Amino acid sequence: MSAPDFVAPLAARDDAPAFDEPWQAQLLGLAYALTQAGVFTPAAWSDTFGAELRAAAARGATDNQSTYYEAALAALEHLTAGRVSDAELGTRVAAWRRAYQSTPHGQPVTLDAVNGDPETSP
Amino acid sequence: MAKHRSDDIAKIHRALHSHLPSEPALRVKALESLLVEKGMVDPRTVDAWVEIYTEKIGPKRGAQVVAKAWADPAFKTALLDDGTAAITALGYEGWATGHLEVVENTAAVHNLVVCTLCSCYPHSILGIPPAWYKLAAYRARAVREPRAVLAEFGVNLADDIEVRVWDSTSELRYMVLPQRPAGTAGWDENQLAAIVTRNAMIGTDRDLRTG
Repeated sequence: MSAPDFVAPLAARDDAPAFDEPWQAQLLGLAYALTQAGVFTPAAWSDTFGAELRAAAARGATDNQSTYYEAALAALEHLTAGRVSDAELGTRVAAWRRAYQSTPHGQPVTLDAVNGDPETSP
Repeated sequence: MAKHRSDDIAKIHRALHSHLPSEPALRVKALESLLVEKGMVDPRTVDAWVEIYTEKIGPKRGAQVVAKAWADPAFKTALLDDGTAAITALGYEGWATGHLEVVENTAAVHNLVVCTLCSCYPHSILGIPPAWYKLAAYRARAVREPRAVLAEFGVNLADDIEVRVWDSTSELRYMVLPQRPAGTAGWDENQLAAIVTRNAMIGTDRDLRTG
């Protein structure tokens, strides 16, 4: 009982939302769609996700929902690594970032908005 | 100097208004767009899942299952015998691709569900697990000190009530069938479903309130 973080009250979080940000739901939806498409099995998902959660705990990451969904994202990136390379993902993340930065507020953000990006031009 | 500062302010202003998502949000978006282009995933499946699990399911389906089990002894027998088949017959199969096992609380037994590995959960009937279900603290403590966890949720069990902890996996997920409270004779399924809490179906609630 000497580790107060570990015995943090659980019931106090009973009314906390299941998702803090929309990407967290999108991530689980994507994982579901990939299991449906047979890209990986539900067992591979829970094993990989579990390993990421253990790794996060071993690193001393705070035991909260943000750590949980970051572990889920790491698991998803790990399981799709054979289909999407790190370089490809990095390029696409940068393209989306530029698209958000160059789209005026209120307008839909699309990759088409990034002019001259060979990775994203239609 | 003043000019420089106002340029900075304008830049910050533009940055704020661009609503740049967080790094993980960008990574999810990037991953999804690449997987869609590669034909590995149908974006409609992702969107449908998000819509259903953020807006529609919640634990209401689970509560309907419990209410039906209370009201219909044949359904209860079928549910305890083969949970997957019973919920499939109600049209409630889905994300919980593994098997569903329903465990029944009695006067002598209290059941508690956890996933010690990650957060396996019968999504198709209970929706998304609560925040605490996903914490390392719950995953560890539910097994190590279930009575203390239950007490924290206001469930103080007498010593002679046995606690059974069930560890969900991707292949086998559990749901607790709570005890039907006294004073509900003659209630219809919708009335019964209304008193079933999400936590009662996970096991962190026991004595359901009728009013």
